[in-house]
Amino acid sequence: MATVAPNDADLTQDGLPANPESVVVRFAGDSGDGMQLTGGQFTLSTALAGNDLATFPDFPAEIRAPQGTLFGVSAFQINFGSREINTAGDAPDVLVAMNPAALKVNLAALKPGGLIIADTGAFTKRNLDKAKYDANPLEDGSLAKFDVLAFDISEKTIEAVKPYGLGNKDALRSKNMWTLGLALWMFDRPREPIHDWLRGKFKSKPDIADANIAALDAGHAYGETAELSGPLKQLHIEPVPSDPGLYRTVTGAEAVSLGLVAGAQLAELPMFFGGYPITPASAILHHLARLKEFDVTTFQAEDEIAAICAAIGASYAGSLGVTSSSGPGIALKGEAMGLAIMTELPLVIVNSQRGGPSTGLPTKTEQSDLYQAVYGRNGDAPMPVIAASSPGDAFECAIEACRIAVQYMTPVMLLTDGYIANAAEPWKVPDPADFAPFPVEFLDQPNDGENFLPYKRDGKGARPWVKPGTLGLMHRIGGIEKHELTGNIDYSPDNHQRMTDARKNKIDGIAKELAPQGVNLGPDGDDAGGKLAVVGWGSTFGPIRRAVDNCRRKGMDVSHIHVRHIWPMPSNTGKLLRKYDNILVPEMNTGQFKTVLRDQFLVDATPLTKTSGQPFQIAELEEAISKYFDGIPDNEGGQVLVNDDQLPSPDGGAE
Amino acid sequence: MNAPVKIETTLKDWETDQEVRWCPGCGDYAILKAVQRTLPQLGADPANTVFISGIGCSSRFPYYVESYGFHTIHGRAPAFATGAKLANPDLDIWLVTGDGDGLSIGGNHLMHVLRRNVNMQIMLFNNEIYGLTKGQASPTSREGTKSPSTPIGSYDHPARPAAFALGAGARFVGRGFDVSKNLPDVLKAAHAHQGAAFIEIFQNCIVYNKDVFNDFAAPKGAEDQQLWLENGQPMLFAGGAKGIALNHDTLSLEVVDVTDGDWEAAKVIVHDVTNRSIAHMLVEMPFGPFPMALGVLYDDPRPTFEAAAMAEKAAASEGKEANLAKLLGKGQTWTVSGTAQDPV
Repeated sequence: MATVAPNDADLTQDGLPANPESVVVRFAGDSGDGMQLTGGQFTLSTALAGNDLATFPDFPAEIRAPQGTLFGVSAFQINFGSREINTAGDAPDVLVAMNPAALKVNLAALKPGGLIIADTGAFTKRNLDKAKYDANPLEDGSLAKFDVLAFDISEKTIEAVKPYGLGNKDALRSKNMWTLGLALWMFDRPREPIHDWLRGKFKSKPDIADANIAALDAGHAYGETAELSGPLKQLHIEPVPSDPGLYRTVTGAEAVSLGLVAGAQLAELPMFFGGYPITPASAILHHLARLKEFDVTTFQAEDEIAAICAAIGASYAGSLGVTSSSGPGIALKGEAMGLAIMTELPLVIVNSQRGGPSTGLPTKTEQSDLYQAVYGRNGDAPMPVIAASSPGDAFECAIEACRIAVQYMTPVMLLTDGYIANAAEPWKVPDPADFAPFPVEFLDQPNDGENFLPYKRDGKGARPWVKPGTLGLMHRIGGIEKHELTGNIDYSPDNHQRMTDARKNKIDGIAKELAPQGVNLGPDGDDAGGKLAVVGWGSTFGPIRRAVDNCRRKGMDVSHIHVRHIWPMPSNTGKLLRKYDNILVPEMNTGQFKTVLRDQFLVDATPLTKTSGQPFQIAELEEAISKYFDGIPDNEGGQVLVNDDQLPSPDGGAE
Repeated sequence: MNAPVKIETTLKDWETDQEVRWCPGCGDYAILKAVQRTLPQLGADPANTVFISGIGCSSRFPYYVESYGFHTIHGRAPAFATGAKLANPDLDIWLVTGDGDGLSIGGNHLMHVLRRNVNMQIMLFNNEIYGLTKGQASPTSREGTKSPSTPIGSYDHPARPAAFALGAGARFVGRGFDVSKNLPDVLKAAHAHQGAAFIEIFQNCIVYNKDVFNDFAAPKGAEDQQLWLENGQPMLFAGGAKGIALNHDTLSLEVVDVTDGDWEAAKVIVHDVTNRSIAHMLVEMPFGPFPMALGVLYDDPRPTFEAAAMAEKAAASEGKEANLAKLLGKGQTWTVSGTAQDPV
């Protein structure tokens, strides 16, 4: 559930109340069981029902991990409610376990009194062995503190799809739809949108569509029957009060793609996207490859280096060059970023961060590429860095990255992470007319009397953008230090000093035109200040906001400040931070933003770190905040321990 | 793509005001002049011409040509050029690379630009040495090459640039050398070819690998070791006294003597630039027992990468409106009404 306090209050040994404010459901099964699909469709139906929601998909790095194993478990958690939802929820209220491994891996997380829905058909001796169970947990009384609804979903699915003449193996593929049908009944959701979706998905195979619809309907019908006896009951969650308007669900990867398209349109430029397959960044390439009518050219390059170099080549020729990757790929692009900085060409680099170093944890989330983004290039190579705080926020951040890139003739890095990229949230569809256009004007005539000076700067410190093909403005650029006006090779000491300063001043100067850094929760403006500021960036927004909200309700003098512009930060940031007695910086790394804040403002920022590949839980942050108010000195900050209750589950990753 | 308009220029129009900074006597000077002499003959437009290079001695080339130029990073020039060409297919792009830049650090990109067939001229200056870093053995250095990094002599097997290009799927493979008067003809043929045209240019590094090509590329006296290929003409060399024939038993090339100009009697083959099998034999032909094959070894165009990309984009956009507001509101949506409690 979204909050800890009401959450606890809601729970009784009788399970869930009939009208809870919010519910957390976790679907877990084998990676071949279609849990991500089930979760995705349940998310859609939840959004259509008007609930606010947040999701957390967690899947193995292996494409087809061996069936039935602990490390092959795939899970999808959704938190939804009739109030504002900020995170995917701490502990689940309902666990759907499609096999013994899924139960074993996820059980520790379930709330006492929570509901387990299990497929007995998958609890075979063989599967129990693979999950390292000595006895069947559904039968040995070990689940006594939970409500258990165990029945043969496999058999019921086979029965339901029998009329469609599918073999058992094919029939069992519809197990997830049967389960989804049950979940739809449980939370009082219409089936029609899923029917429509199935018909669309299996357009060329109407039999398969019908079989899946039959399975879905059978699961739904089962709910009504099972309600008569046993723990299952129907819950109704009221729609959340929201701003009027058109809504849809959006993942971070979709939002980044749409934001880039919007950014290119606002700049009145064609977009060129160079990418190379990497988890979890590939989704952006996939989305953009289908948007060619927006004057988008996508290029799957031979490697990460070629992807960014082609994007820079396209920018050189007058397109908005964009590239995207994740940590290891970003590392490969480093030298080319330096060239874009040196030649002062616009470029947007999207980094969907994952656990590192090296290959690290490809499908898990982390915020550990901040040093790489801010400091990670050879030479004095300043580059703006922007971080998205949620899937929806990624849209605006992508536009902002495009704007800064073209207005300042610079590469810009946009940071998201695995969590933002994959998670879905309801999104109020923005009106493109609400965004101020920033059309690019290419230089097409001399800019210094009769002469053309490729490096003559404007008021922002940006050099002109000249497309090859422009008559009379032929010139040469490159990675060698160049004369401050002509751009010709110039190694002279005073020129290098001035060019280094010019590149730095240009990027520093962005700070001046940014909206002042505000306080997201707590007194703002002249009233800002107090005992504690929790300063975050990126995808920690949700849990920090809810934790600070809860603590403020308990009377603690704590504020939430969330920084979007990581480099440079808005001019007032240092002054704002100094108004607080204490600064706590929760991050999914070992304290990287803490270092940047200390570096930039000499403030005593205290790190609160978590590097288990799991996002912060609200309760963990509340505990960390409360340490500033417990009268005990020197117990603040530190490391949040691995949380066995959370996705990814501790048993799920070991091989 | 628009049909290129022929522009009248002279060699002088293609010279920049920058002082050329190669070592005195470097083969790069001759190649620069050959290019500057060729461009007016092509009717090339300086405003539409782009020289893109990587890193190395040869890669300084763009600074000396009065056109657009981009001196990029080591080995990656093909990727920059691919992006630029996709962004503006009308640009006339010349890629300048070397044996280290193109075949060592940038081998991957060279392979892919050739296989994709992006329309540009790729000039690989092969001097069989790393010049700019002061003389280490390169991937084309011959076995036994003594250098600061191989003081006892190199023992890795050299790459063959033309064979690499053909193997990667190049549809045009040409060869020339720095001081050759025929180099402009090879450049013109490369320019006429629609697609990635690969030209290996042997270049004398007079400081670190002096005169290693003298056996066939010496300014005077080595003509007999040059096999200048011409489409539709017999493969003759040494003033017509020798020719190249195909041994049908071993399916390999051999050198034959030609008596009294009767090359047909000697079964000398007629060069067909579209014959890929013979091209493979020509690029593998060992120098010494055979002459050096020069000129246009292979030229058989097929559709270019950027043309395919543009066609796909046009087809995918056909009848579709680039309406951002509609795109944002795509998929399954719901509307929250004024009361915010009653989703429709």
